Amino acid sequence: MDDKLIIGGREFNSRFILGSGKYSLSLIEAAVRDAGAEIITLAVRRANTKEKENILDFIPKGVTLLPNTSGARNAEEAVRIARLARELGCGSFVKVEIMRDAKYLLPDNAETVRATEILAKEGFVVMPYMYPDLNAARDLVNAGAAAVMPLASPIGSNKGLATKEFIQILIDEIDLPIIVDAGIGRPSQACEAMEMGAAAIMANTALATAGDLPLMAAAFKLAIEAGRRAYLSGLGRVLARGSAASDPLTGFLRD
Amino acid sequence: MDSNQFLVDSEYLSPEALKRKHRLENDPSSRKNHMEYLPGMERIESDVCDRVISQMKEYCPEKYTARDVEAALEREVCGIEDLKALLSPAAEPFLERMAERARVETGKHFGNTVYLFTPLYIANYCENYCVYCGFNCYNHIRRMKLSPEQIEREMKVIAESGMEEILILTGESRAHSSVEYIGEACRLARKYFRMVGLEIYPVNTDEYRYLHECGADYVTVFQETYDSDKYEALHLYGHKRVWPYRFDAQERALRAGMRGVAFSALLGLSDFRRDALAGALHVYYLQRKYPHAEMSLSCPRLRPILNNDKINPNDVGERQLCQIICAYRIFLPFVGITVSSRESAEFRNGIVRIAATKVSAGVSTGIGDHESKYSGKESSCEQGDEQFEIWDGRSLEKMYGDISAEGLQPVLNDYLYV
Repeated sequence: MDDKLIIGGREFNSRFILGSGKYSLSLIEAAVRDAGAEIITLAVRRANTKEKENILDFIPKGVTLLPNTSGARNAEEAVRIARLARELGCGSFVKVEIMRDAKYLLPDNAETVRATEILAKEGFVVMPYMYPDLNAARDLVNAGAAAVMPLASPIGSNKGLATKEFIQILIDEIDLPIIVDAGIGRPSQACEAMEMGAAAIMANTALATAGDLPLMAAAFKLAIEAGRRAYLSGLGRVLARGSAASDPLTGFLRD
Repeated sequence: MDSNQFLVDSEYLSPEALKRKHRLENDPSSRKNHMEYLPGMERIESDVCDRVISQMKEYCPEKYTARDVEAALEREVCGIEDLKALLSPAAEPFLERMAERARVETGKHFGNTVYLFTPLYIANYCENYCVYCGFNCYNHIRRMKLSPEQIEREMKVIAESGMEEILILTGESRAHSSVEYIGEACRLARKYFRMVGLEIYPVNTDEYRYLHECGADYVTVFQETYDSDKYEALHLYGHKRVWPYRFDAQERALRAGMRGVAFSALLGLSDFRRDALAGALHVYYLQRKYPHAEMSLSCPRLRPILNNDKINPNDVGERQLCQIICAYRIFLPFVGITVSSRESAEFRNGIVRIAATKVSAGVSTGIGDHESKYSGKESSCEQGDEQFEIWDGRSLEKMYGDISAEGLQPVLNDYLYV
């Protein structure tokens, strides 16, 4: 089945993207080997290190790096971090992440739109992390985003699709890949988001905090694939109550 | 007064100085009003202090029961009353449960990471008489201030060990360690380190802004004790005596554009439960006002100093310290918690598994002695004496290995100066 995820003109077979929250070598290995990740997010601020633990060294060849701007508190800081990422050799993909809140780490949509516009003009493939608001998503499209990445619930919370209704609206109304980012805690939640029509899932904590990391990575891969196929096939009907008549109700009409 | 354990005379003091010292110690009327600002000290409009202190004054740790503690532990998000219960004596039997909860919260917000940093003392001159501190102006110690060349040499030695975050400290003397001098040290530090923090005397907003432009991005100020009457009796002389100016230091630093601020009471100086409460609430109320800021809490206990080895943290044992740290973590899950080398290696190894997210390594609280300590070479230069005795003397390499062996992830940098 030829069903590629296309972002910024690049094709991906996998619809699992590893987030940057809780990094370790074993997590990256499991994400690539068992979950099939082809895109790995990395926090530029963690890559901004000298020796011992430069996470750039952990990234296998052939994987697309998605540097993020975590630590940015406004558009200007995000732009500076994105440029630094490019200088560090991380390529032209960038996940814009702007937080004015150190407690819940909720994204600032207005600043995100501003940064997206500046970076898209500079030739970046911009993937903005956002709070699922339709108006902000449309602004991101107009600003030149390559995808839109709404949060499912607070980052790192594993609480699942708390914003489900609003993500569905984005999927229905926005003509860019909608990648569900942050808060997905279980494979079943990832599957549900994919059934809804999400283009991909980004997760980190769900894997990082699992009992058996490789096993959970494999479970996410299967769940995302299952959800994707269900979406492509078109979900069967769900009956709210009672049963459906097996003969058409309008079968009596004669002309 | 009950702080007699702190007082040490020196045969090196002139008769006049000794007389003045004794007068300060024995005659409260000889001391300046500690609630009154000195000329040049900026006053900001803020209600944070009133909020913190009114909560602290209301707090009766004995009032709380096992039921209150259990209710707090069952709550998904802990409020101020829950924090008060968790800091109370009634919570002591629940320490293991508190630790379990704290570990879960730490994992949610920090994963298994532990940040490493090292402090660098660049000067130990001090104009204050704080009776428990080794740097106090009446204590006979070797005083020293590093020249920019010496600072750079120390920084090189530290950077070569692999360290990427540095905390620059001075004694509290504007005359010897001016803001410009400290700014110069920040500029040098930016060359060798990714993250530069400051623990210096409190300054005005414009001075914090200047230091931020020089490369510093994190400001630590220890309030020592939030009980201003007790503070008055321990900080007898000097600008540090002005309690409210110190309280507002973090807020001035944030207004000046610093990314983060750190807080602490020095546990053992006063009623530790009330001080711990006030420290946590200082963070809590400022966080609500400045939600973008990064905040962290330190949990230092009193340590012996040069010329007085009797100073100790009194009733704050390791169990109490652990209780405080767990309560901090449960109440403020997103806040960094630093545990310094004042504590033993065993305690620090244990507490990073529960709640601490930042520890120092390769520490010296003396002046200009990193080269000799790091390389084993005898330094050709003069050295200045230490502020207090450290307990955990592990090097960066050893600390890195020990943290990894605990199944945790040591992190040298997670920060960008933007």
